[in-house]
Parts: sequence; C-alpha cells; structure tokens
Amino acid sequence: MSIRISFDGEALEGRDGQSIGGVLLANGRRTWRTAAGAERGIFCGIGICQDCVVTVNGVEGVRACQRTACEGDVVEREVRA
Amino acid sequence: MTRVVVIGAGPAGLAAAASASQAGADVVVLDEGERVGGQFWRHHPAFTDPRLQHQLTRFSALQEALEDVRVVTSASVWRVEPGTPLRVHALVGPVDAARRRGETLEADAVVLAPGAHDRVLPVPGWTLPGVTSAGAVQALAKRDGVALGTRTVVAGAGPFLLPVAQSVALLGGEVVEVVEAASAGTIMRGWGRRPWQMIAAAGKAGELGSYLATLARHRTPYRLGSAVTRIHGGSSVEAVTVQHIDRDWRPIPGTERIVECDSVALGHGFTPRLEAAIQFGCEITGARNGGDRFVRVDSQQLTSIPGVHAAGEITGIGGADAALAEGEIAGLAAAGVPAADLRYRAPLTARRRMRAFTERLATHSIRPGWTAWLDDDTIVCRCEAATRGAIAEYADASSRGMRLATRAGLGPCQGRTCGRSVEDIIGAASGFDRRPVLSSVRIGELAAHRIPPTTGEESKQ
Ligand SMILES: Cc1cc2nc3c(=O)[nH]c(=O)nc-3n(C[C@H](O)[C@H](O)[C@H](O)COP(=O)(O)OP(=O)(O)OC[C@H]3O[C@@H](n4cnc5c(N)ncnc54)[C@H](O)[C@@H]3O)c2cc1C
Ligand code: FES
Repeated sequence: MSIRISFDGEALEGRDGQSIGGVLLANGRRTWRTAAGAERGIFCGIGICQDCVVTVNGVEGVRACQRTACEGDVVEREVRA
Repeated sequence: MTRVVVIGAGPAGLAAAASASQAGADVVVLDEGERVGGQFWRHHPAFTDPRLQHQLTRFSALQEALEDVRVVTSASVWRVEPGTPLRVHALVGPVDAARRRGETLEADAVVLAPGAHDRVLPVPGWTLPGVTSAGAVQALAKRDGVALGTRTVVAGAGPFLLPVAQSVALLGGEVVEVVEAASAGTIMRGWGRRPWQMIAAAGKAGELGSYLATLARHRTPYRLGSAVTRIHGGSSVEAVTVQHIDRDWRPIPGTERIVECDSVALGHGFTPRLEAAIQFGCEITGARNGGDRFVRVDSQQLTSIPGVHAAGEITGIGGADAALAEGEIAGLAAAGVPAADLRYRAPLTARRRMRAFTERLATHSIRPGWTAWLDDDTIVCRCEAATRGAIAEYADASSRGMRLATRAGLGPCQGRTCGRSVEDIIGAASGFDRRPVLSSVRIGELAAHRIPPTTGEESKQ
C-alpha cells in the first residue's frame, strides 16, 4: 500500500507504515531542516536528538523519525538560526 | 491485586509485563513509540527484510502473554513520583501532536525499562548530512526499509557495528569499511580470554559469526585500532579521514587515510536513559562498563527505592537477551513473587550467562584520548552549535555556569546527545541526566494537564 504526502508543496510517495523521515529519505531527500546555518536531517533515528524536526499539518517541531506518515500529510521544512 | 506499571515496551519491559501478569498482577505498559518492541523489535511486517528480524517467535510469545495487560503506546512518560502509591504521569497521542491527553497512573510497583540510546562521539564534520548514529541505520532499515546512502563507512566501537554493517549490505548499500577503535590486541585480550564463557552465550556467538561472514562475503575491510577522525564534505558527506589511534584513542599522526563515501554511521556504544530512575531517587552506580553510570539493582532487579524495579539497558548494556532475562525477573518481583520461587530459575540462569557477554563489552569502552581528534571549532552540542573550544573554556566553571555560558545541553534534546561528551571534555560528571521533564513534550500540554492531588491508597481515577 502506498501513501502520498506533500513536502514543501511537492508530492512524495511513501509506503504505508513508514515514518515521515523514511518517506523523505526514500525519495532522495537527506535534509529537511536548517539549523545553526547548516542542513540537518536524520541523526539518531529514534527520537532522541531532535535534529529531524519538521512542521506537519501546521504543527511545528514534529520529529520526522518518530511520526508515521499519513495520507495527505502536509510537511514543511523548518529553519532555526 | 498488585498494580504494576511498566515504563518501556522493549525486550525488558515486555518480559516484565508478561511475567508480572502471569503472576497475577494488574499490569499497564506504557511506551512512547507507536508500536511495542523497543529498539530491538522494530520491524514492519510488510517491508522489513526478514533477515533483519531476530527472535520473532519470542516476540510473538511475549505479545500473546500480554492478553490481560493494558498496553498504551504513543504514551510519553514525562514525570514519575515516589511514594505510596507510586505515580506515573504520561501524555498520550501521536508523537509531538499539539493536543495529547494526560493520564496519571498509580501503582504498587513500577518497572523501569526505558532502554538506552547510541553514544556517538563528536568528530569534526559530524553535523554534515549523511552522518547518522549507528542505531539510526538499524531503525531506518527495520522500521522504514530504507538506507541512507550508497557508500557507507561504519565506525565507532563494539560488536554492534557488525549488525549495522550487515543491514547496510542487505539493503543493497556498500560498506566501504568498518572502523573499530579497539585494537586487535585489546580485542584478543578482551574476547579471547575464557572463550567458553562466550560460547555459553551461544546465541550471541552464532549471531557474531553470521555478521563476520557477511563482511567476508562482501570483502569489507574491518579496521581495528582506528577511528574516523574527520568527516569531509561541502553540503553533505564526501569522504572521511580514517586514522590509527593509540590505546587511549589518541590519533597517531602520520597514519591518516582518506576514504571516499557518502554516508557515515557512528556508534561508540550506548548510554542509558536514566532520567526516570533519577527522578524516582534511585541510586545510580559509578562507571561500570563503558565509563557510564547505571541504575543499581539487587538480585531481584529492585532499585534502592521501594517498589521501583529496573531492567534492561538502564542497569548495564548487555543486549536484548540480557534485557529479556532481567525483565522477567523484575516482573515477577514487582508482582510480589517471593525470591525462593522456582519461576526465577530460568531467567536467573539466562541473566548469569549473559553477564559473561556483557563484561566482554568493556573491551570497547571509550578511552579518554578521543577528545584529541576534536578541533576547537568542532560542534559538540548539535542543538545549540556549542563548540569544543567554548565548552573547554568553561571547564572550571560550575556545571550550570558552563551550560548558561555556552548553551551546551540546553537545546531541544536537553543534552541527551552531547552530555557525556561534554563531561569528557571538561573532565567532570556534570549531571546531564537530571531532567525535570523526562521526555520531549509540549509545554502547553503540561500546562493543560491537571495532575490529580496525591491522596494515598484509596484514590481512584
Ligand atoms: C537505535 C538502536 C538500535 C538498536 N538496534 C539493535 C539491533 O538491531 N540489534 C540488536 O541486537 N540490538 C540493537 N540495539 C540494542 C538494543 O536496544 C538492546 O539490546 C535492547 O533493545 C534493550 O532492551 P530494553 O528493553 O532495555 O530497551 P529498549 O529496547 O530500548 O526499549 C525501551 C523502550 O522504552 C521506551 N521509553 C523510553 N523512555 C520512555 C518514556 N519516558 N516514556 C515512554 N516510553 C519510554 C522506548 O520508546 C523504548 O521502546 C539497538 C539500540 C538502539 C539505541
Ligand atoms: S533523528 Fe533524532 S530525533 Fe529524529
């Protein structure tokens, strides 16, 4: 079963059950956040480091490695100085 | 009926819940993940490569034994309170969602089984995209069926590097090198002495053999006494410097080699998630293996706080089998089964057998010389971009003073990633494990969550 989410306006396909981070990585995205002037994405993979946070359906600070992607999720990149 | 709350549904927590329930207790298990299984059993039935799924029979048996247990997933335990009864506060709902539901449980006994997370030593360039913890490779492979890159260097210390390398290979990636900090001599001394004890932990020996066979089949070099001392790249990883290190893990000048790759998996062991134990007031031991601190338990996995038991990686890093045995013992004890009961026999034997393995892990303990591979401007605290230079400058300040001045450990992860490294750099134990809020939750949710007043035994919610 496949699902679709949007990432910064672009439609991405994922497998039902994958995390948002998993869907992003499977689509060739390695980073989805700017922090301290540099790009970040997955680091710990288990919800500890907070490096992977994205905005999901308007809610900020959602750990992409922990949240299962749902059909129609609107995911946006975050920027932190 | 004895009310038991188990925090964590990894191997230790599941085994504890199952044995407590079978012994007649009224059991609730809480885990912040969406599914039970912890770090070990995170496979997805539809797309995880079956070769990455270990001990699934044991997992199914445990799940069946949870028939009478209330299992609450997506439940972050953010606060615990000692006393009679013991109290456990959780927020329940999708991870990091805006409005999660608060729940407070009261219990006669609590089993703490929150596990551990990767310890990753900083290295210049480790914030580049393409660098992850070693555990992240396992999590992504099992939970999501994805690999991060095509040419991966797996580096750090300990036998865990081997299953990580195997996962990369099974997902079609190339493992360019496995880089292990312990030297050949250290490994021979550590693992070679009294090998029968290792063979007694037969499952482990077999597992190790299969990983080594995978490495050999793919002709992957296994470099000993070496470390990745620099990661190179512009916008993401392009290469690493691999270097020989001395007994204390200080890089040896002149031995540098550049290895091209697009991903790096780093793992220097695991560090226990001690927050809940500390909040309960449990006694924490000094360095046992890997220079880390652990929850002190007696032969029945009881901590220094009445009614509070601990099992799994928070009492010492020993792998899933040790966690299962400790969990079973903790569950029986929490349910009030007396020490002489025969039901303790099998898990006590298993625990003893696994200790032989656990002790060998000290072979790969982090050595203090590692800080020599940092530059002054190497980021140590990833959240706040605090550098080694800034942290070292405050080595003589109070822990609080250092943190306020550099912001190390004050970012969103609250020092979970950098705490141990900062302690190594300033040469002190600065108490990064003491966190007023045990897991990542939204401040607004805490404000909205009304905690029922403590009223003693008769209170019911
Ligand atoms: C990322 C990672 C990957 C690993 N992969 C492997 C592997 O592939 N093979 C292998 O042999 N070993 C692996 N290990 C080692 C493995 O974790 C242990 O051997 C084993 O899982 C330990 O069992 P445990 O029950 O002590 O802890 P865990 O399995 O870690 O379980 C602890 C559980 O507690 C939960 N928890 C923690 N804090 C809270 C809280 N505040 N509120 C609610 N729930 C909480 C966590 O969500 C987790 O599910 C891995 C470790 C890590 C960190
Ligand atoms: S990758 Fe560390 S929290 Fe998601």
